[in-house]
Amino acid sequence: MNKQLLLGAEAIALGALDAGISGVYAYPGTPSTEITEYIQKNSGRRDHPVRSAWSANEKTAYEAALGMSYAGKRTLVCMKHVGLNVAADAFINSAITGVNGGLVVAVADDPSMHSSQNEQDSRVYGKFAMVPVVEPASQQELYDVTRYAFDLSESVELPVLLRLTTRLAHSRAGVKSTATRIQNPLNALYAPERFVLMPHNARRQYNNLLGMQERLEELSEQSSLNRLIPGSGKMGLLAFGIAFNYVMEVRQACGLNFPILKIGHYPLPRKQIEALFNTCETILVAEEGYPVYEELLRGYFGLQNGKQIKGRLDGTLPRAGELNADSVAHALGVTKKEVLAVPSIMVNRPPELCKGCGHRDLYEALNTVMRSCKEQHVFSDIGCYTLGALAPYNAIHTCVDMGASITMAKGAADAGLRPAVAVIGDSTFTHSGMTGLLDAINDHSPLTVIIADNDTTAMTGGQNSSANGSKLQAICLGLGVEEAHLRTIIPLKSHLAENIEVLRQEINWDGVSVVIAVRECIETAARKKRNPSANV
Amino acid sequence: MQINIILAGVGGQGILTIAAVIDLAALQSGLIVRQAEVHGMSQRGGAVQSHLRIADQEIYSDLIAEGTANLILSVEPLEALRYLPFLASEGRIVTSTDLFINMEGYPAMEHIHAELHRTNRPVLVNAAELARKAGNPRTSNMVMLGAAAPFTGLASQELEASIEKLFRAKGDEIVAMNIRAFRTGKALSQPQASNT
Ligand code: SF4
Repeated sequence: MNKQLLLGAEAIALGALDAGISGVYAYPGTPSTEITEYIQKNSGRRDHPVRSAWSANEKTAYEAALGMSYAGKRTLVCMKHVGLNVAADAFINSAITGVNGGLVVAVADDPSMHSSQNEQDSRVYGKFAMVPVVEPASQQELYDVTRYAFDLSESVELPVLLRLTTRLAHSRAGVKSTATRIQNPLNALYAPERFVLMPHNARRQYNNLLGMQERLEELSEQSSLNRLIPGSGKMGLLAFGIAFNYVMEVRQACGLNFPILKIGHYPLPRKQIEALFNTCETILVAEEGYPVYEELLRGYFGLQNGKQIKGRLDGTLPRAGELNADSVAHALGVTKKEVLAVPSIMVNRPPELCKGCGHRDLYEALNTVMRSCKEQHVFSDIGCYTLGALAPYNAIHTCVDMGASITMAKGAADAGLRPAVAVIGDSTFTHSGMTGLLDAINDHSPLTVIIADNDTTAMTGGQNSSANGSKLQAICLGLGVEEAHLRTIIPLKSHLAENIEVLRQEINWDGVSVVIAVRECIETAARKKRNPSANV
Repeated sequence: MQINIILAGVGGQGILTIAAVIDLAALQSGLIVRQAEVHGMSQRGGAVQSHLRIADQEIYSDLIAEGTANLILSVEPLEALRYLPFLASEGRIVTSTDLFINMEGYPAMEHIHAELHRTNRPVLVNAAELARKAGNPRTSNMVMLGAAAPFTGLASQELEASIEKLFRAKGDEIVAMNIRAFRTGKALSQPQASNT
């Protein structure tokens, strides 16, 4: 079959479709969004439907995936690394229940934080849950391994975590695909002893999981993702995930010949690592992410039986950020060639809200109102409107995690801060904001929540959000917001004066109020106009 | 054979369309391609770049190492300079001279020119004007691709075939306009592409 040029994220999507998934569940998040988008665009051409609409958040996505697996079908669930924090409860417990139809959770980490609040390493979660983790190093491997991961999941009856990072997710290469496997038939599993996690069941299931570990390690030993590239010399390389690519790049470019053990399947293949350690005096551990296994290999007291271990922890490689061929070359002692410097006249070009974006008009109005307040704190959230933190608006003062605007404002209000103002988007509100608003209402915490309703999940490229417009109003009323303090404004220049007035009234009111600022994202609107059939 | 290209610009300027044409042409020429791109926050008017690697043997790293880019192709002059550490000593810059100013402290054009001229025979392209002359100001990216074509190691016929393929759905008129823009750019840079 011909090669197609695919992003790493798309290679996973194609692999999952060809592995016979019946559904994908996901909440958008860079760099994982394109997995689900590819399935949404391409599943229509398949013989059997594949459900693919966006979920409200990663937890609802994961649980729905577990349900589909319970019913016997294969399912993919995708998220960015911090999304796994949201889904962690379901994820960890699904390792205790185990699965029926193959369940693969593709988690895209973002080392160097290109578009994220942290660079947490999802392999830690895999270890925590004690499930197999696969970490391919190329787009072709992503395709092949996604297919394999479903077989693996069904054979060990556990979810499989597929970890990738930004570089691979957002890099294109030619990928060859193979024949599509047909979907599993409906085959719901009646097994309350596994799925009712009351203590007596949970204890037994947990013991089963512990008992599985040896077999999982055995599977890692046999996996083609863990393999030795033979070489010579006293230094050996342990290259995890796409760190392998950088190591190979340097080896090829500099004509070096050290042995490399490529790792892409966890738990670690103990015997293979032992073999490498036996032939080398020094081991350089290159991990794309946290030094998770470097720390383990060093041991708590740093004893390594006379072997020297180098890596991120001793500064041989940088402690933070993604690796590249240059940092690996440096770690291997390759002398750096002279390169041109970035000229001193260079200035940063930070991202900004689009010209004509409704958030601009919202912030202009909000800033006017806040300027007249003694305390001027605005709690915000994750989305395009986070860019309001930058000049010229400097309008928001927190952005921590999905939904934290409302709950942090509530806590600050409880502490006595007046006014307590939160700005959150429509998609973020349905992701994790609603429950916080309920807390505030139940607790009579005086705060003003501004929902910037642009009818889409804009930052990740304009995916449908779970609720907007009248549905958002109904949610707020249902949660208990008083009708008189549920206001709607249209963030347009021409409405500036009246918007200021509405915001001033609600911010000054000593109770829970919600102002919904309704105006469609102009980017999404333009995209819909170009391609009216696309509603994702 | 191995060609490393850094594509540079500002989020929203459409450098990924240029990348798509080169990718396709390379693939059609039987070559191996890796192309790393930027999605997410910086696409909103921030500095964006794409690392594009073409070779006739396996490529390992998605990223280009410092000092190994044969070409920096930028649709904005300041952005060309941002990636100078990647440029190989014999590498070339092909950049548009059309400024995109959306931040504080944008340097004076003469300083940008001076820095560009410190590199190995930069190719400066008044892309917007050439695109207008070719029939449509919106084809300036294809002018830039044309100007960069002699440095990509790819045959112009392949690049033109890819332009045709990518724009075919939009009709013959659009295809012809983009090919015209491509040729205008190429005519400008061809004389500057001869041996160093
Ligand atoms: S993508 Fe939409 S919401 Fe985001 S900045 Fe642009 S117009 Fe505003």
